[in-house]
Amino acid sequence: MRYDSPLAAVGNTPLVRLPRLSPSEEVRIWAKLEDRNPTGSVKDRPALHMVEQAEKDGRLTPGCTILEPTSGNTGISLAMAAKLKGYRIVCVMPENTSEERRQLLAMWGAEIISSPAAGGSNTAVRVAKELAEQHPDWVMLYQYGNPDNAGAHYATTGPEILADLPSITHFVAGLGTTGTLMGVGRYLREHKPDVKIVAAEPRYDDLVYGLRNLDEGFVPELYDASVLTTRFSVGSADAVTRTRDLLQQEGIFAGVSTGAALHAAIGMGRKAVKAGESADIAFVVADGGWKYLSTGLYTAATTEEAIAAVQGQLWA
Amino acid sequence: MAIEVRIPTILRTYTDGEKAVEGSGATLADLFADLETRHAGIEARIVDGGKLRRFVNVYLNDEDVRFLEGIETKLSDGDSVTILPAVAGGMV
Repeated sequence: MRYDSPLAAVGNTPLVRLPRLSPSEEVRIWAKLEDRNPTGSVKDRPALHMVEQAEKDGRLTPGCTILEPTSGNTGISLAMAAKLKGYRIVCVMPENTSEERRQLLAMWGAEIISSPAAGGSNTAVRVAKELAEQHPDWVMLYQYGNPDNAGAHYATTGPEILADLPSITHFVAGLGTTGTLMGVGRYLREHKPDVKIVAAEPRYDDLVYGLRNLDEGFVPELYDASVLTTRFSVGSADAVTRTRDLLQQEGIFAGVSTGAALHAAIGMGRKAVKAGESADIAFVVADGGWKYLSTGLYTAATTEEAIAAVQGQLWA
Repeated sequence: MAIEVRIPTILRTYTDGEKAVEGSGATLADLFADLETRHAGIEARIVDGGKLRRFVNVYLNDEDVRFLEGIETKLSDGDSVTILPAVAGGMV
């Protein structure tokens, strides 16, 4: 495949069947490898789309400063787009976010403003909104409420999945900004009214503080419950277990939120097996495991040790 | 039939501090009634007027039962039920 520029290479990611983790020959699980985007995460799609739509309608003009509350991937994607397009970018992120993420943002030239760890992403969103008021000339694309976030998935991710898997019965993704589920969900519904749209949300159990794009009590403006068929709440032990299964059984090196989505995909798969139905279940691999290596979860000798190793670490 | 029920910290006063207990029942409503026989007081913390309390989330094999059949959701041997407090303004 040939593209005119790195930014043009966003999307068109592979969809691969997982022969070992699929529950049966009739109930198949497919991974959409969004880590194959230019900066290594699904967020390249909404970031680029939000920037280009803002350029189109004149909100973003040469010399502008972009402002965004982000705990990582969206900021990294926006920072690359900003670098290549010549914008200044300021990211607000919780002060306890991992060093890998800070360096990734810094290397694309993003300026980082730390928000207090307490309140996590909620606090980052609040601080960013305050900064936006103080700097009316800064442009906050605001992934949690920008329809172009979901619009990116409606325009690209959804059509790609349907083209590759016309027999799709289930779509599963993590519930963060909700952009992926809303955009892909709406597109698939229009073409396959019976498709099941399944959210996998992290469970705030005793084990870890992190694994959160979203904190409890915060509902992104993009969220529309009517798009979802059902929601899974995935404990961090299950998310870690599935992340390791994906690596060891299928050779896919993914981040922890992907383990949560896979857990929900397998849950829906088991229900299909029990009901004697066939199924084609697609789920999103949101990013690779690189940014989470320092947790030690991939190399721990046992899953129990991996779960213990990530205890108390903030992943998002 | 045995169903594992994971108990949130806030309700462990009813289970002698146990994080998980076993119960039985054909539906969630039956299961909570069964728990009540050994853990007096717990049912009223989960169920109110025949419905799940507003600020309690219940998951069957990690799936939110509000997207299934609520308190009438049917159970099978080996199922796992998780009870969690919901936060006001949560995404329900």
